Amino acid sequence: MTTALPPTGTGPLAKREARLAWGLLSPTITAVALVVILPLLAVFWISVKPVGLADLRAAAPIVRADLRGDAAAAGDQVNLRYRIRNSSQDKEIRNVTMIDGWPDGLTPIELDPRCTIDGAQLRCNFGTMEGGFRDQILIPVTVGQAFLDAGGDLDDIDPVLTGKADSILTNSQFTFDNFSRIFDGDEFWGVLGVTLFYTVFGTIGALVFGLFAALLLNKSFRGQGILRGLYLFPYVAPVIAVAFAWILLFDPFSGSANALLIQMGVTEGAINFFGERPLALIMVTVFEIWRYFPLSFLFILARMQSIDGDMYEAADMDGASPFQKFWYLSVPQLVGILSVLFLLRFIWTFNKFDDIFLLTGGNAGTRTLTVNVYEQAFAISNIGAGAAVAVVIFFCLLIFSYVFFRYGNQEEGL
Amino acid sequence: MSFLRNGLVTSPLLGALWTFIIATTVAVAMSFITGAEFRPSLLLSLFWGAGLGVLCLPGPRWKPLAGLAVLTLLSLVGFGPLVIGPKVSFLSGLIGAAAMAGFSTLGMLRILTECPQGTLNRHEFEAAVIRFLTGFGYIFFTAIVVIPFYVMVMTSLKNQSELIQNPLDFSLDLSKGFDLFRSYTELFSQFSFGSYLWTSFYISVLTVLITLAFAIPGAYAVARLRFKGRAAFSRSILLIYMVPMIVLALPIYIAFSMAGLRNSITGIVMIYPVTTIPVALYMLQGYFRGLPAEVEEAGLMDGLSRLAVIWKITLPLSLPAMASVSLYVFMIAWNEFLLAFMLLDDPTKFTLTRGIASLNSSEIPRQHLMAGSVIATVPIMALFLGLERFMTKGLTAGSVKG
Repeated sequence: MTTALPPTGTGPLAKREARLAWGLLSPTITAVALVVILPLLAVFWISVKPVGLADLRAAAPIVRADLRGDAAAAGDQVNLRYRIRNSSQDKEIRNVTMIDGWPDGLTPIELDPRCTIDGAQLRCNFGTMEGGFRDQILIPVTVGQAFLDAGGDLDDIDPVLTGKADSILTNSQFTFDNFSRIFDGDEFWGVLGVTLFYTVFGTIGALVFGLFAALLLNKSFRGQGILRGLYLFPYVAPVIAVAFAWILLFDPFSGSANALLIQMGVTEGAINFFGERPLALIMVTVFEIWRYFPLSFLFILARMQSIDGDMYEAADMDGASPFQKFWYLSVPQLVGILSVLFLLRFIWTFNKFDDIFLLTGGNAGTRTLTVNVYEQAFAISNIGAGAAVAVVIFFCLLIFSYVFFRYGNQEEGL
Repeated sequence: MSFLRNGLVTSPLLGALWTFIIATTVAVAMSFITGAEFRPSLLLSLFWGAGLGVLCLPGPRWKPLAGLAVLTLLSLVGFGPLVIGPKVSFLSGLIGAAAMAGFSTLGMLRILTECPQGTLNRHEFEAAVIRFLTGFGYIFFTAIVVIPFYVMVMTSLKNQSELIQNPLDFSLDLSKGFDLFRSYTELFSQFSFGSYLWTSFYISVLTVLITLAFAIPGAYAVARLRFKGRAAFSRSILLIYMVPMIVLALPIYIAFSMAGLRNSITGIVMIYPVTTIPVALYMLQGYFRGLPAEVEEAGLMDGLSRLAVIWKITLPLSLPAMASVSLYVFMIAWNEFLLAFMLLDDPTKFTLTRGIASLNSSEIPRQHLMAGSVIATVPIMALFLGLERFMTKGLTAGSVKG
């Protein structure tokens, strides 16, 4: 007699379910692969390439065609002229060929040795074009009646030039100059120090202020909803709007903050808040705290409101004072969310680019790693070096996310 | 520390600090409203505040009232916590002094309720300190949030020369009437902000639609269906979310330059949703997990296919979550600056944030920049305040993206 065994392996139903799951996920996976994974690989590739901003436009042959002379009647002699040039001043293009439809009604008198007419097509072979190459081909032709009937111009001819140019992005030239350049000198360590200061203090500040704000609003009173909405404003408003408002507020010449400080007698002259070391770094960190305390506040408040009230009643019976209740009851309940928030905010602050870019542009000692990517790639026009900085950022993030998944509190549902 | 826990020590200490805070607040507020010269005096406010604190201990009603009157008078004469400049009109001086004295007294009465004159026990002392900190917290947070936005709105209604003359004077000349909004009309007529507004709007809406179209099936698969690699997948969503935009922006810029997608709305609409799909997927799968699976199973038993179950059962049940996610994604797309800045150069295709960035030049007056900022801020704020319930939920569920 056979004993009934539970089925092993995956049955057809489970297989169908898995197939459906992958089917539903495939659009997302494709999109993410195209826009996240592929660019990430590209960053690694570019970081070992000597590529500047100008190299992005590959060298291409350019041609213009026109008719020299007056084609008024049949039998007139005119010149058909092709002007060709290399768009790049320093890169060669190999195997340049031109193909063009031959206009009806024109009879060539003499053909350039590089060109042949094959039926209704003109083919020219230019071989290799040096950088900065310029030339023209003149083909004397006799105008026929058919050409004049068709309008007497070259509208319908459209020369196509093809050639192979090396693109610095795809050839096999590699270099470690980008890395040696960014690690060279004190600059890199300065940038790293600024990044760490900004990240650590920005994160901790946002958490502390968020906790304070959450404590304020963790009770119901009239207007609580309004205040909660109001305190979220800095986060919800477009970063460009609030950043410019801050710049204006702290402007050394016409800023209200300076006028206020002078009037209150705190300072004698105007302070250039975003233009002086180390004040600028402190200011961008303060901006980061200002802009992101609402987020920590929201999370901490949500967690606080889910803490069981019985515990506090029991503590009241035992005679615990308000500070004791906060320290011994609330804080242990909040440690989980605070640590998750810390890890996540740490990573986000580390990644932050727009805020500093808008406030100081990375000047006055506020250049963080992310701003450095932009600075290297676009301000110095060295895309390779920018990508090298991006690679450094990526490795830092790998470390952070390892820490996050290792120590992150999964129960907090983040 | 125990010597602090005496009504006669606690009350002057808190009173001194509180009065100084109120004097500073009133001075800042009055300066910002009238542009006139108000400032707090540290020593005098500490001194008089200590006295006010003692008067505000529980006791006969006339004591705090007397304190209020004395503080007002002192400020008007020039010896109070609030120093009023010589050129300030009497009326605004009186309002300032009365506000300062009133809020100080009122606050102290609240702070010191149930605080006896003699020794305080730990509860009474800590409760008083907490009430003091609470009051300070409300003033502090409200001030830091409101001031930048106040400056933004008011600057957009003034003109450059007025601002340089007195950067604190935000009073409006109402006699100018509609002319107050000149910056706005100029932005719409000369800088084509109308078209930027429209571009931003439809890009954001398209982003929301595309994101939902990608994220809903994905989230459903991760939340409900069993397949190998599910756990790894839901983790990697978060991981992808941690890659900084600037790292991706560089290759995207190169690829778009080569493919001719720079300076095109198509390119922007292709890229925005991908930045929001991971977070939308993450938010939605959390919500789908919370829905009862039995309802869906009943649908399956009755012969619906999986896709029909999603369409007819899951989606209608998750409309609130959909609203939160949509709002959140809309906000990200509307506020997005970096990609728009890097990829758009053609003024006819600017989004609002890119348009504002183009106003940041020395030739364009500051009030235009601020008016542009207000134009970008108001719609998202209105949306946010109108649908705050969804938005708050969306923000908490959706995590910590910044």
